[in-house]
Amino acid sequence: MELQSKVPGGPIQEKWDKHRFEMKLVNPANKRKYDVIVVGTGLAGGAAAASMGELGYQVECFTYHDSARRAHSIAAQGGINAAKNYQNDGDSIWRLFYDTVKGGDFRAREANVYRLAQISLEIIDQCVAQGVPFAREYGGLLANRSFGGAQVSRTFYARGQTGQQLLLGVYQSLARQVAQGSVNLHTQHEMLDLIVVDGVARGIVTRNLVTGEIESHLADAVVLGTGGYSNAFYLSTNAMKCNTTAIWRAYKRGAGFANPCFTQIHPTCIPQHGEYQSKLTLMSESLRNDGRIWVPKEAGDTRPPGDIPDSDRDYYLERMYPAFGNLVPRDLASRRAKDMCDEGRGVGHGGRGVYLDFADAIQRLGRDTVEERYGNLFDMYQRITDENPYEVPMRIYPAPHYTMGGLWVDYNLMSNLPGLHVIGEANFSDHGANRLGASALMQGLADGYFIVPYTIGDYLAGTSFEPLTTDHPEVRRVENEVRSRIDRLLNLDGTRTTESVHRELGRILWNGCGMARNATGLKEALSRIPELREEFWSNGKVVGSGDTYNQNLENAGRIADFLELGELMCVDALEREESCGGHFREEHQTPEGEALRDDENFTHVSVWEYEGVGREPREYREPLEFEHVPPSQRSYA
Amino acid sequence: MNLTLHVWRQASPTDKGRFIAYEARDVSPDMSFLEMMDVLNEGLIEKGEEPIAIDHDCREGICGTCGVVINGSPHGPWPGTATCQLHMREYSDGDEIWIEPWRAKAFPVIRDLVVDRTPLDRIVEAGGFISVRTGSAPDANAIAVSKEAADSAMDAAACIGCGACVAVCPNASAMLFTSAKVAHLNVLPQGQPERFTRVLRMIEQMDDEGFGNCTNHGACQEVCPKEISIDVIALLNRDYIKSVRTGTA
Repeated sequence: MELQSKVPGGPIQEKWDKHRFEMKLVNPANKRKYDVIVVGTGLAGGAAAASMGELGYQVECFTYHDSARRAHSIAAQGGINAAKNYQNDGDSIWRLFYDTVKGGDFRAREANVYRLAQISLEIIDQCVAQGVPFAREYGGLLANRSFGGAQVSRTFYARGQTGQQLLLGVYQSLARQVAQGSVNLHTQHEMLDLIVVDGVARGIVTRNLVTGEIESHLADAVVLGTGGYSNAFYLSTNAMKCNTTAIWRAYKRGAGFANPCFTQIHPTCIPQHGEYQSKLTLMSESLRNDGRIWVPKEAGDTRPPGDIPDSDRDYYLERMYPAFGNLVPRDLASRRAKDMCDEGRGVGHGGRGVYLDFADAIQRLGRDTVEERYGNLFDMYQRITDENPYEVPMRIYPAPHYTMGGLWVDYNLMSNLPGLHVIGEANFSDHGANRLGASALMQGLADGYFIVPYTIGDYLAGTSFEPLTTDHPEVRRVENEVRSRIDRLLNLDGTRTTESVHRELGRILWNGCGMARNATGLKEALSRIPELREEFWSNGKVVGSGDTYNQNLENAGRIADFLELGELMCVDALEREESCGGHFREEHQTPEGEALRDDENFTHVSVWEYEGVGREPREYREPLEFEHVPPSQRSYA
Repeated sequence: MNLTLHVWRQASPTDKGRFIAYEARDVSPDMSFLEMMDVLNEGLIEKGEEPIAIDHDCREGICGTCGVVINGSPHGPWPGTATCQLHMREYSDGDEIWIEPWRAKAFPVIRDLVVDRTPLDRIVEAGGFISVRTGSAPDANAIAVSKEAADSAMDAAACIGCGACVAVCPNASAMLFTSAKVAHLNVLPQGQPERFTRVLRMIEQMDDEGFGNCTNHGACQEVCPKEISIDVIALLNRDYIKSVRTGTA
């Protein structure tokens, strides 16, 4: 596998400009002769499809949802970062760049992060022009808030529904292109494989979820914007359908998978309350701006929170990190919550929770202001827990939320397979080992609106394509493999539901490869996952047929892929003998319990090449260089 | 608690469909409605029966994928709550619950509780957008938008596109859905150039899709999981009348 990052030369501030000038252009009259497949209609995929349709390419866009407005981007609550410096508080492109590299614990590619910070400005302009109703001040200008550990107010937001509003902006742009015929939208179509002909990505195989029909779609380039794989953990904040299948199939066809162990555990989620629990619900991190996190000082203190006086409470984040207090980055906030619970000071069901208390905020700001800022979140909390957070502190606990790992891409967002572009959460991205709050929406839209529409032109203009039809032997072969895999799933007639296998996989991964990892736990997970996979294929049960709307079959296919991915996550976590960001190896920590990086040996991206199911994948490394933000021990004290 | 569920089963769009009774046993009051359905479905699969098709995704009340009629009410009894956020503490031991798909001419049943809502997407395709090319936007603060306008646009833009308003309407009208999109875009300065063509084209598409007209029942705002007010319909009507009278579009 060849890993050429293709980062352009020159000063970092000029790389993107220079690159845009140097890239080849496709003649406007020729654009319609190129077919581009986009898989996914979230912020990244939808924005890419709409923008490339506008440019004149013939875009075929696929989603497994019933509509292009449903992707999980919609659930992002808090906001989107941009270095506008509208608040005059000292923000700049350089500062957003610096914060993102540092927040990612020095495991991201500097040039990509700098470009992201530059593009952040254009994203806000674009969204406002589309009619995204961001929060405003009384003078009519845009409001901002500080978010997730940033010391400047650079986050733009639309109440607690920023992801929804940005996605509706994308969806509406896409709808406009669909009406104009430049984008052909295929809803209820799930990508089940990637077609690679002579080493070049040329199409996908899909299943129509309503009719069960298997179809091959061919194109000159393929773009995957298919999201992250947190649902490998079974319980996560991701929507129920989020899965790894698209990127996993691409990996099995030769695309490199980068940093699969870099997963983010979000600190503020509603704790689990029962075995039947199907997912965890995120409460926006913005709550940490005004809420204070605490646990009882003494283990085993079972008094109701209101009866515990201040002197018996431990506001542990404020105590340990006086400069950042409750706003430390996500990985730290999550691990400290776990520590408190491990010490027996956790609260609520099973002692796996900490308090997030708004009493002081309500006293300081008044209930009305708190309600205006967080009303919809408080309502959601109350519906789920039957507790009123205006009166009783919320209980929160960390949950899998975002995956920084994903398919490896170069500066052009193209994988090692020519023609295969990967955008948004699906790529290994710009967040290094830890993503900062309000940066996922920024990256998805940057990739979709402003990067891949340019870089794909360079690829198309510089490539000559052999004509390809669906009767090509390689296309037939991939299509037949998809069919036989579906048959194999439908023939599973054991005693165990695939859901129960997924739940067990989730427990294995959470215990072995979750918030804290160690060699013993990872090795145990690595011995159990193949057994569980064997159990799935020998004793699993799938009902119904392949030619109908069959949700059991859909899920089974996704779970089968998680059963392979889970193993790769553990292999990667075991190989990375250091702690960084969301990857915390217990063997590698400072005396204070902070992540201890090993820059000498691990300043690289680990990229894995598929060698067969159950066989050790092969590791390649892309070295990372830090010219502008010298690696330092992250300190938030 | 133990419950009796009467669930609409329909194998395909052409199948006639019928209610089938199921016993849901040991339901915890902490479960969400969909978790209760998960447990029921897992039990069916264990017995080798096909599970009940029911669509859902985020389970946070924001994606708009879920939605069934529960005892006659779209999304069930809780105000401002999508099906996924309804919790079983609402019910008591021995209750019977009737569960049906959205019923509207424009929403054919795909299977069991799942319907085809693509007509709503086509209404948006007809004009529910602001035509702005990627990269052509002025600085975000170049256009001042009053807080009142931004807030009222946001109230309307909160629509999740679930279709409950259509399901509850005696005319199966998509008026609340269509008006919410018009009210989002038409109060903003950015939405002015296409204001009147937008409303005409969207209404025309709504009619073409087979949705009924609005006769002011107001049931839609009662079941809307985002509690969008029928004030948006008044706003749409105002712009619609203006555009018809001035012959815009």
